[in-house]
Amino acid sequence: MIRQRDFYCGHCHDKSLFLWEHKDKLLPDFGKEWSKIMSQLLSLFGNVTELTWQMPVMWVIGAILIYLGIVKKMEPTLLVPMGFGAILVNLPLSGAVTQIDKITGETEVGAIDVLFNAGIANELFPLLLFIGIGAMIDFTPLLSNPKMMLFGAAAQFGIFFTLGMACLFGFDLKNAASIAIIGAADGPTSIFVANYFDSDYIGAIIVAAYSYMALVPIVQPPVIKLITTRKERQIRMAYAQRPVSKTTRILFPIIITMIAGIVAPKSVALVGFLMFGNLIRECGVLGSLSETAQNALANLITLLLGLTVATKMQAEQFLDWRTLLIMGLGLVAFIFDTAGGVLFAKVLNLFLPKGKKINPMVGAAGISAFPMSARVINRMGLAEDPENFLLMHAVGANVSGQIASVIAGGLILTLVPMFM
Amino acid sequence: MNIPLFLDSLKIMGLGMLGIFLVTAVIIGCMVLLTRVFRDKSEEK
Repeated sequence: MIRQRDFYCGHCHDKSLFLWEHKDKLLPDFGKEWSKIMSQLLSLFGNVTELTWQMPVMWVIGAILIYLGIVKKMEPTLLVPMGFGAILVNLPLSGAVTQIDKITGETEVGAIDVLFNAGIANELFPLLLFIGIGAMIDFTPLLSNPKMMLFGAAAQFGIFFTLGMACLFGFDLKNAASIAIIGAADGPTSIFVANYFDSDYIGAIIVAAYSYMALVPIVQPPVIKLITTRKERQIRMAYAQRPVSKTTRILFPIIITMIAGIVAPKSVALVGFLMFGNLIRECGVLGSLSETAQNALANLITLLLGLTVATKMQAEQFLDWRTLLIMGLGLVAFIFDTAGGVLFAKVLNLFLPKGKKINPMVGAAGISAFPMSARVINRMGLAEDPENFLLMHAVGANVSGQIASVIAGGLILTLVPMFM
Repeated sequence: MNIPLFLDSLKIMGLGMLGIFLVTAVIIGCMVLLTRVFRDKSEEK
């Protein structure tokens, strides 16, 4: 570097005069300095050259998820962190996800990948979330009206129908099963099953599962209206809440865990954690644990889950025509879940005497999306007949969907490997 | 189109729906049994 004193001469003691007088000598060095600064600046923002066209597309997708969560209030607890995560992992050479240093060749593990391996790859987060969900659910409407459990079973039809469709569209069995489980309408079950089968499309599957759960009020009504008559939708159902003893409410989660464990051993972790949460709610002596599971635990896991899932939303994996196909198949799963529940109720009505008939809309509440589906059915019932309150029936079917979807997940985990 | 795989998926569908209704039937049986054996005391009064 040229120092000013090196060029001082007798007549130019003034600095500005010095620079002007000796500009010819100084400029080449200023040029070098300038280019050095520019190259440092460029290396600082050199990341921009790593930008691919897919990345801005993922930012837009992330922004849409954030918009849907915040403005449309669609599953904001999941969609906002997922949307933000989608942007975070799709920045050029994002340090949030694992990168291989081009110069040293060393692997730099990203924080979101650490979270993924610690919480999703080993199925820990969905299971912990299930403790919270179990603690939130009151099974009393189901226990006082056990036949509602049938609708929970019927409304899992969409899972198995979509499995066939996914196979037809060329997915292999493990990926088809992972896509089909979107029809469980249950985020943790979808994550658990897709991760168990090590699906290549886990990001798209989770986005589809949570998006359609939030879209239940939009997806279900047209399907129900298409396959029911106005007269059927006006069927009134008497409701008499039978008291359920505390002993029954305590024994119920234990017995369900044992049955599910015997029939579908692979589902026992899912059912077990769900029912453990319910046991701490119902036992009456673990109030603070129940409250923690319902609030602090569920919130913490949800907070990390959305952000962590985003690691599977990296542009090169996510921007694939199959993602669109998976979104379509997810919609098919929800449509056929709804249709399965409604049509099953219509079949049952063929055998039920007049006055005991079931409003077929209640069958649609058998999907696991709790409590949105029950609310939708109640609202539709009131729209047809302002004095027809279906809420408690629908809630019974809806909580049965929680159990049935987990059992369906367990059956998928048991049956699919037999055919692989 | 993978027709053999689709046919396998139909078998899974049959077994799955049958399995889920069987488990449901057992659960309903247990629920009925539980509510009858452990009746709510306020109901008895």
